[in-house]
Amino acid sequence: MDYFLTEEQQMIVDTAKDFAHKVIKPVREEHDENQTFPWEVVKKMGEAGLCGLYIPEKYGGTGLGILGLCLAVEEMSKVCSAIALSMAATGLGTFPILLFASEEQKQKYLPDIASGKRLAAFGLTEANAGSDALGMQTTAVKDGDYYILNGTKQWITNAGEAEIYSVFAVTDRNRGSRGLSAFIIEKGTPGFSFGKKENKLGIRASATRELVFQDCKIHKSAMIGSEGMGAIIAVNTLYTSRPGVAAQALGIAAGALDESINYARQRKQFGQTISSFQAVQHMLANMATEVEAARALLYATARSIDKAGDAKGFAKESAMAKLYCSDVAMKVTTDAVQIFGGYGYMKEYPVEKMMRDAKITQIYEGTNQIQRNEIAAGLIKSAASKK
Amino acid sequence: MNIVVSIKQVPGTTKVAINPATNTLIRAGVEAIINPFDMYAIEEAIRLREKFGGKVTCITMGPPQAEEALKSAIAMGADEGILVSDRAFAGSDTLATSYTLAMGIKKLGQFDIILTGKQAMDGDTAQVGPGIAQWLDIPFIAWVKKIEDVKKDAKTIRVERMMDDGYEVLEGPLPILLSVVKEINEPRTESLRGKMKAKSFKATVYSAKDIEADPDFIGLRGSPTIVNRVFVPVRSGKKELVEGATVEEKVSKVVASLRESKLVN
Repeated sequence: MDYFLTEEQQMIVDTAKDFAHKVIKPVREEHDENQTFPWEVVKKMGEAGLCGLYIPEKYGGTGLGILGLCLAVEEMSKVCSAIALSMAATGLGTFPILLFASEEQKQKYLPDIASGKRLAAFGLTEANAGSDALGMQTTAVKDGDYYILNGTKQWITNAGEAEIYSVFAVTDRNRGSRGLSAFIIEKGTPGFSFGKKENKLGIRASATRELVFQDCKIHKSAMIGSEGMGAIIAVNTLYTSRPGVAAQALGIAAGALDESINYARQRKQFGQTISSFQAVQHMLANMATEVEAARALLYATARSIDKAGDAKGFAKESAMAKLYCSDVAMKVTTDAVQIFGGYGYMKEYPVEKMMRDAKITQIYEGTNQIQRNEIAAGLIKSAASKK
Repeated sequence: MNIVVSIKQVPGTTKVAINPATNTLIRAGVEAIINPFDMYAIEEAIRLREKFGGKVTCITMGPPQAEEALKSAIAMGADEGILVSDRAFAGSDTLATSYTLAMGIKKLGQFDIILTGKQAMDGDTAQVGPGIAQWLDIPFIAWVKKIEDVKKDAKTIRVERMMDDGYEVLEGPLPILLSVVKEINEPRTESLRGKMKAKSFKATVYSAKDIEADPDFIGLRGSPTIVNRVFVPVRSGKKELVEGATVEEKVSKVVASLRESKLVN
């Protein structure tokens, strides 16, 4: 399929592909098995220019938009989505700054993020506030020029490894969704610590920890936007970041499809390659069709956001892309393991890892149930506005 | 610090046919890449620049299409690329090639370090690097596996040279030519920014006239080499196995034999 990529976009694909095969592939099993964070890869990812694709040039990035981010995440996720996630989750932690922070805050943080020198993370979820993010318990109480934060954020990707955190807290419980605020908090701030590293089913090379705030004193200049803007910041960040998750899911699916085709062409049973059996052919045909459809939906969504310069008008579409790509990833990787048969279940082959890694894409940055709510809300809203 | 990397474009495969009439490689129709050993030289040059500042200039001698090799070097992070290219250079052996490259480097002006790969994977002679140093009358260290230190003010460099059994630490003055082995680093992949820069890159081309080459020293005329036979040389290093029931017995045998050959007292 020709997606009419520009020369620059094609260069992203080529760079990320080359990087994934030469740098990520040799270490992916080891990091998955040991749950170690791939710092040596992250450093090189920055050098290769893959960390600042979505950041404007004036802040040290390349200004190639959400599609630029998606192309790089997809290519790297074909090989290892967990390692690609170090950059993708940094995007999630960076969007609040990119979209809503002051010029001074942008100048302070974005260049280091663009160069890959520092990673970012997004602190929204809590133990009792998952899909119901607004039900969070973490508070930020005003004290002169400062805010005192107390509470615990849970399952935060890149936590402990990242140095820049976009953290959400309740500044006024009585104001409901208008009572949330967002802060940029740096690692090492007194009163800010990390919980234990989680032991996960998939994306094991990615670090997931709690963010613990105990009387953590933050100057008001670290607030993103103004007090009470937290929910708006969070929601718009998620609209913008969902294509990145979709790209990760798409990459996993596309990687599993490639592995399946290669395997089916060399595995012999009953004296012939299994790719000669219609049962396998039809599975491959379905997988390929779904992957291509997912890609078309994602690229169209990313292009729409880039053209508009804002994801606000594409909440429904970004939810669709995330929902569809991640469901395809789960299905395609499950089928990939099936095509590999017993070998697929073994860690010597890459598809079992892809299947484990795929599952999270249906869960994080809004479960696929929440995405369906978002899509339905968008449909009803636009129908209602036509009357 | 001005760092020059002399690179070579080679066929991207080890399965190259040899023309039986001339005993030279048949290069037509084979994808061309940067000589893999030269990739380590480019990487090391970029690292030196990152540490000490300055400029990395890659130079290559070859036909016009050798510009592609310079483009790849730019994509990796080199600053400039010089293509020494002229019909008059055709048929150069390692002597003429090293003369031509040395003249090209002379034209470039002041330099501190010249890096090359330890050898090219097509010809495998490992002669052009030392040849360049000879023509430029500067010192040369082969098989460098680590640059330990560069003293910019004192104009000295300390390196580790890989040997069959360990390494030697050598110090030399700048400017110097070093040929590097693959143990020295891990070449980076082409960066996005580098690729973008490479897209619009046009190599500076030096002709025989530009480098003021003596016609007697270039091309076929400057190439006294006649290839008689191509073969892999046999290593003559001798080995001796020491047998013994216990470690102590083996050690005392080794010591006795060392004493006998007057290597220890």
